[in-house]
Amino acid sequence: MSEETAKAAEKSFDYDRVETLLQEFLHKKGVMVPILQKIQAEFGYLPRPAMEYVAKRLRIPVSKVFGVATFYAQFHLHPRGKNIVRVCRGTACHVRGVSKVAEKMQEILGVGVGQTTEDMNFTYEEVACIGACGLAPVMMINDQTYGKLTPEKLKGILKNY
Amino acid sequence: MYERHILICAGTGCISSGTREVKEALENELIKHNLQDKVRIILSGCHGFCEKGPIFIVYPEDIFYCEVKAEDMPELVEEYLVKGNIVERLLYKDPTTAGTVTSHEEIPFYSRQKRQVLRNCGVIDPENIDEYIIRGGYIGLKKALGMEPLEIVNTVKSSGLRGRGGAGFPTGMKWEFAHRSPGDKKYVVCNADEGDPGAFMDRSVLEGDPHAVLEGLIIAGRAIGSDEAYIYVRAEYPLAVRRLRTAIAQAEEYGLIGQNILNSGANFKINIKEGAGAFVCGEETALLASIEGERGMPRPRPPFPAVKGLWGKPTCINNVETLANVPLILRNGADWYSAVGTEGSKGTKIFALTGKVNNTGLCEVPMGISLREIVFDIGGGIRGGKKYKAVQIGGPSGGCIPESLLDLPVDFDSLTAAGAMMGSGGMVVMDEDTCMVDLARYFLSFTQRESCGKCTPCREGTKRMLEILERITRGKGEPEDIPRLEKLAVAVKDSSLCGLGQTAPNPVLTTLRYFRDEYEAHIFDRRCPAGLCRDLLTYYIDAEVCTGCRSCVKACPAEAISGEKKEPHAIDEAKCISCGACFDRCKFGAVKTK
Repeated sequence: MSEETAKAAEKSFDYDRVETLLQEFLHKKGVMVPILQKIQAEFGYLPRPAMEYVAKRLRIPVSKVFGVATFYAQFHLHPRGKNIVRVCRGTACHVRGVSKVAEKMQEILGVGVGQTTEDMNFTYEEVACIGACGLAPVMMINDQTYGKLTPEKLKGILKNY
Repeated sequence: MYERHILICAGTGCISSGTREVKEALENELIKHNLQDKVRIILSGCHGFCEKGPIFIVYPEDIFYCEVKAEDMPELVEEYLVKGNIVERLLYKDPTTAGTVTSHEEIPFYSRQKRQVLRNCGVIDPENIDEYIIRGGYIGLKKALGMEPLEIVNTVKSSGLRGRGGAGFPTGMKWEFAHRSPGDKKYVVCNADEGDPGAFMDRSVLEGDPHAVLEGLIIAGRAIGSDEAYIYVRAEYPLAVRRLRTAIAQAEEYGLIGQNILNSGANFKINIKEGAGAFVCGEETALLASIEGERGMPRPRPPFPAVKGLWGKPTCINNVETLANVPLILRNGADWYSAVGTEGSKGTKIFALTGKVNNTGLCEVPMGISLREIVFDIGGGIRGGKKYKAVQIGGPSGGCIPESLLDLPVDFDSLTAAGAMMGSGGMVVMDEDTCMVDLARYFLSFTQRESCGKCTPCREGTKRMLEILERITRGKGEPEDIPRLEKLAVAVKDSSLCGLGQTAPNPVLTTLRYFRDEYEAHIFDRRCPAGLCRDLLTYYIDAEVCTGCRSCVKACPAEAISGEKKEPHAIDEAKCISCGACFDRCKFGAVKTK
């Protein structure tokens, strides 16, 4: 993003939405992670102006907010797709051949790890373990878990989204 | 009055196998036969036998149906609920005897277990506090409220309970430190940041029996003198979070949490904190930093959290499974509890049995059982008649146990002596097709990615180790790589700040100890004995098996396969990029590797 577009984005940003979210957290301790979780739930990612606003309101440096946001895998600094595909790279899935499933999924979607399809419909991610090891290999699309995957099953599943 | 109760498993595994659809179809069929007032449907917690889900049990007869589908409901209702004929094809088939089994107690997967902590999982409706209470729930708390705090500590101490989250520190001692630590405000924290890939027992307990964890937490609070608790749970477990919130609301309504609990004069409050996806937050000081809203990085100990923990106050941190053991100890006494297990490890342990084994799922076994019993009796042996190679215990902090140690008793001390560790209890079984060097590389890539970067040995050391392992699996290993790995492993183990770095080299060290020949084959012979490492494979077509169907020719992206229709094909090794597309495509098993 060039400096000009960044400034324009800042200008048009709806700070009221962030202010509303902040209400329940003001004057409490240990709230940074839940605040960022709320903002992400609202916007789908963490817009830069929102993080700057949080820093201002909590009277802490922006670097501190940015530090927390970049530490945790769950937070995203760029807009994400409508549907989030998370392929599990846990041990049980690894041993039962998830690599081929992951490759096929990236091939179908045409994007790599952490990337979003051009139509903004899917974001492809890989996670360490979703705890459904009994059904390995597994993936999640949004909150729905799909187990016993093979590369051949993927297209049929994606049709529902 | 209901004549029958039907339990359908609503754990995450079974839901993904179709529990919701089954329930809906069942409801429709019940209405069709006018049975809706005679049969009660209960969505239960995890039964542990995720492989065979959805699990469907009919009481009072205790008929165990598995892998049921919505389409099966008309037949099941008509034949069984109306006419009383058991639907044979939906029963469990024992792979060893090929016979069918009706009751779940006859299934070897269950009959060899000792389900104490999991006693309610799959049996009760986890969203209904009354069902927990009917099965003896909150009796332990009631007893604890009538005891002096130090008496509770001593009971847990003499039960011999050790922490189930990884290191196996005696729980009673941990409580005693926090109890003796001076301070007017203290915290108890439940560590539900189950991050070990391959382990999901905490998830199942939280989803299937959330009140057991709450009860353990309240008792812990009473013992150390704390009136406030945090449950730090992974955000990747949305169902567990939801069930915990429901359970907390119900417990508040019943006066088990809140002001003046059960008229004892004591107050107790439970907060939920959702994690945000960082493996290192399973380490206790990192977890506390994360609750405080900081980057979840560990700090040196001492001071231990029992002295200086959350917001500088004395804090006691216990894992989910540990806390779920506590109500049982209070209810039945320390002697009852310590009657099960070995000298140094009391009670039971839940393992997540996964990988190349016939029965995958959760199993709870007495401490001291042999690995062989878990893998071959409960797990039903290796899939597809293949040969056992190793079992990986303890996730990224653990190690691989070879066939020669299968009779090892499973407890904290013998596993540590073998170079592995109990960890959280992930148990991934591997067969001859698993490459041990690739497995070590896999674990290192995980710990390397999750290293928080605070201390140099872990940040740099794991990176260098990973580079060496990647080189070896790509066929570019150097003869000095094995001693290099060993040297680095020891340095990282000895000098890292927290448990993540101190245990990260374990998968490398145990594979080097028990499967050194595989490393040597990769480095000196440029060969992967398991036939997994792509860059070391040469594909060829067995002319005797090939039918000449040309499907591999079409699948090959490098145009390396030639041959006429109905004539055996051949791979041009010079053009082949070893992608394996032909291998996957061939229906006849004619594509082979050497």
